[in-house]
Amino acid sequence: MTTPPRMDRRTALKWMLAAAASTALASRYARGQGGSPAAQGYGTDPDLLKHHKAGDVWPLTFTEAQRRAAAALCDVIIPADDRSPAASALGVVDFLDEWISAPYPDQQEDRGIMLPGLAWIDAEAAKRFGRPFADLADAQKTAICDDICHTAKAKPEFRQAARFFATFRDLTAGGFYTTPQGRQDLRYVGNVPLATFDGPPPEVLRQAGLI
Amino acid sequence: MALITPEQLKPGYDVIVVGSGAGGGQTAYTLTLEGIKVLMLEAGRNYVPETETPMFETAEQAPLRGAGTPDKPFGFYDSTIDGGWTVPGEPYTSASNDRGRKFEWWRSRMLGGRTNHWGRYSFRNGQYDFKPRSRDGLGFDWPLDYADLAPYYDKVEMLIGVYGENDGLENTPDSSPGVLLPAPKPRVSDLLVKKHAGGLGIPVVAAHRAVLTRRLDFEKLPAKLHPGNAFAQKHLRAAMEGRAACFWATDCGRGCSIRATYQSTTVHLPPAMASGNLDLVTNAMAREVTTGPDGKASGVTFIDKTTGREHHAAGRVIVLAASSGETVRLMLNSKSARFPQGLANSSGLVGKYLMDTVGASFSGQIPALENLPAHNEDGAGGAHMYAPWWLYKEQLAGKLGFARGYHIEFGGGRRQPGMGTASGLEWLTGGSYGKKFKEDARRYYGSFVGFAGRGDMIPNEDSFCELDPAVKDKWGIPVLRFHWKWSEHEIRQAAHMQQTFADIISAMGGRMRRKPEPDGAKAIANGGVIIHEVGGAIMGTDAAKSVTNQWSQTWDVPNLFLTDGAPFCSNADKNPTLTIMAQAWRAADRIVAELKKQNL
Repeated sequence: MTTPPRMDRRTALKWMLAAAASTALASRYARGQGGSPAAQGYGTDPDLLKHHKAGDVWPLTFTEAQRRAAAALCDVIIPADDRSPAASALGVVDFLDEWISAPYPDQQEDRGIMLPGLAWIDAEAAKRFGRPFADLADAQKTAICDDICHTAKAKPEFRQAARFFATFRDLTAGGFYTTPQGRQDLRYVGNVPLATFDGPPPEVLRQAGLI
Repeated sequence: MALITPEQLKPGYDVIVVGSGAGGGQTAYTLTLEGIKVLMLEAGRNYVPETETPMFETAEQAPLRGAGTPDKPFGFYDSTIDGGWTVPGEPYTSASNDRGRKFEWWRSRMLGGRTNHWGRYSFRNGQYDFKPRSRDGLGFDWPLDYADLAPYYDKVEMLIGVYGENDGLENTPDSSPGVLLPAPKPRVSDLLVKKHAGGLGIPVVAAHRAVLTRRLDFEKLPAKLHPGNAFAQKHLRAAMEGRAACFWATDCGRGCSIRATYQSTTVHLPPAMASGNLDLVTNAMAREVTTGPDGKASGVTFIDKTTGREHHAAGRVIVLAASSGETVRLMLNSKSARFPQGLANSSGLVGKYLMDTVGASFSGQIPALENLPAHNEDGAGGAHMYAPWWLYKEQLAGKLGFARGYHIEFGGGRRQPGMGTASGLEWLTGGSYGKKFKEDARRYYGSFVGFAGRGDMIPNEDSFCELDPAVKDKWGIPVLRFHWKWSEHEIRQAAHMQQTFADIISAMGGRMRRKPEPDGAKAIANGGVIIHEVGGAIMGTDAAKSVTNQWSQTWDVPNLFLTDGAPFCSNADKNPTLTIMAQAWRAADRIVAELKKQNL
């Protein structure tokens, strides 16, 4: 009837062992070698002023093949244009790796979508074109993505892949638009101290139909 | 500063205050500036907003781009330390895990408690809110009137600094002239909501939030707040001079290093510390309020979390302001031959009538806000406008099917991008990717407006907490078990919120990803989720039917006061923090007067 969110001695012991194991993993598996997600996160009192990089708190776990597929796919979703670079150029692959390697429930759930999804997209590329996804020509990549880019319209055989694509696109966009170049792409101009707050300029009010 | 270790405790204090948030901070402030010697016990660690606040840190500098996790549920940069829905080693239990029957409890184990991250909404309860039973026959009347608290609302608003306007609306009291700070200019989404909600008869006015839109008048305010008390004026002036005005950047939930928002740690505690009358022990987990042979409270037993050792502090007056839940827990755990049901619990009502705020939310995408020219919308780090409840007459006439109202908090704009900024767009984009996706992300960025209803909950017999018969925390202290049930009033209110938000979005020409939820039981957030836990030791006029009198003083133990939300006997739609502070100041004045008369 009750589910106390407490940690008994046995669970604590299990966590400690898992934490020890993940430290061992961290040293054994350099980036790109695969591995299991970490057992513990940054805790309830992390240093908020420290600038963290992917891999600082828990080890990254993409294999080299997963990393290549992820890099190719995130650049299909966010390619370079005249306003900003492609996703992979801004460290989004590292971010995706950080995300799916995190010990938290939401990220573990995404890991369960992302890793099979990356395997699927390489298998699909091999099936259709005889090469891994990263080695396909742009039109070949698009041919696959067109089948899976819209969950509501995907054919039954592509529905699961479409759910992967939607997750992958959300995470890629999250990783991209939270970089300085991503913020600039969206023309976010805040996070700077101002002497006064003047409200929206007239051209904004005009465009919104308010004057 | 008198941050001390348990070994440095003085043999006795005039007053011991348990908790350092809105209630504890205000109590300690008022008492110490009146020359009373106070010991404050805080279960969390010391916290220094001036040096610890991540003011301009950006998402890519945080793990997971700052996304919320069980360790930091409101995001990496949220100011909450050692807190959230769960606290390691400090469990609580729920009698049911069913949706709608569960209570989720947010705690912050840090100096200043939950005041560090709160939304800074500072609304006054109106006269209806103090006399709800007289008006509609439900719940309980407070044993005081709006007029009793009005001077304290003025004082708290002047002390902490609250922006807003006086709109003269029903049951939405005005502040005295000159008390409020200027409201910030509306954002474009505010103006659009105002225009279209206004067309539906919903008033949209300046929000009231505890943010300094200009510096406090440190020349005049100290004399207004502490007439005839040069000592208090001196320390308050120095504290006010140390607070800067808002510089229109960064989310208030991170805390504020320039002290432009109210946090107990930036407003209440600095002058209390400077007075020399406050000793503070952090990492002090209170276990029990002790009593003497005369039945009066004699002190507090606490555990030093850094050593695991138990200590006792002695005081003439004990004030509990540990949050409703922790205050109740402490009382129930303070059992003795004289108080076998727990301290000050002869009524059997300690733990009963726990309340939260009714919450439901909905959002829409507004084409009029697409592709707007770049401009800075950070503003005051939170809402600039809101809609107070507007259907009092229809409700009283029985036309709505639920007895109490709600206000609407809303927000849109070109906020600092986060993980959600360009996610879940498929319903709008048809699944775009590539260059088209980048164009779509630009088009839709800043075009969403989210609405959140915050409504009155009527206290009921099925919503309460008690000691869990089996589970203890890591120091062996029995923990709380929560019971929860919404009544039809809250459930129908949540459904009404959904329809109202959809109506506003439609009037704005907006699009909705899904239909509004017609079933209030599905729309309503679980108990506790809005983090407005109040009640559990309600005030009243009858010692058999309440735990405290109108001064938050327990009937059974005259030198025991509760200055957090525990004595609330109703929970208006207005966010409770301002009322907690106003009532804490009033209770502290009572303590000062009674100590002078040797009555405690």
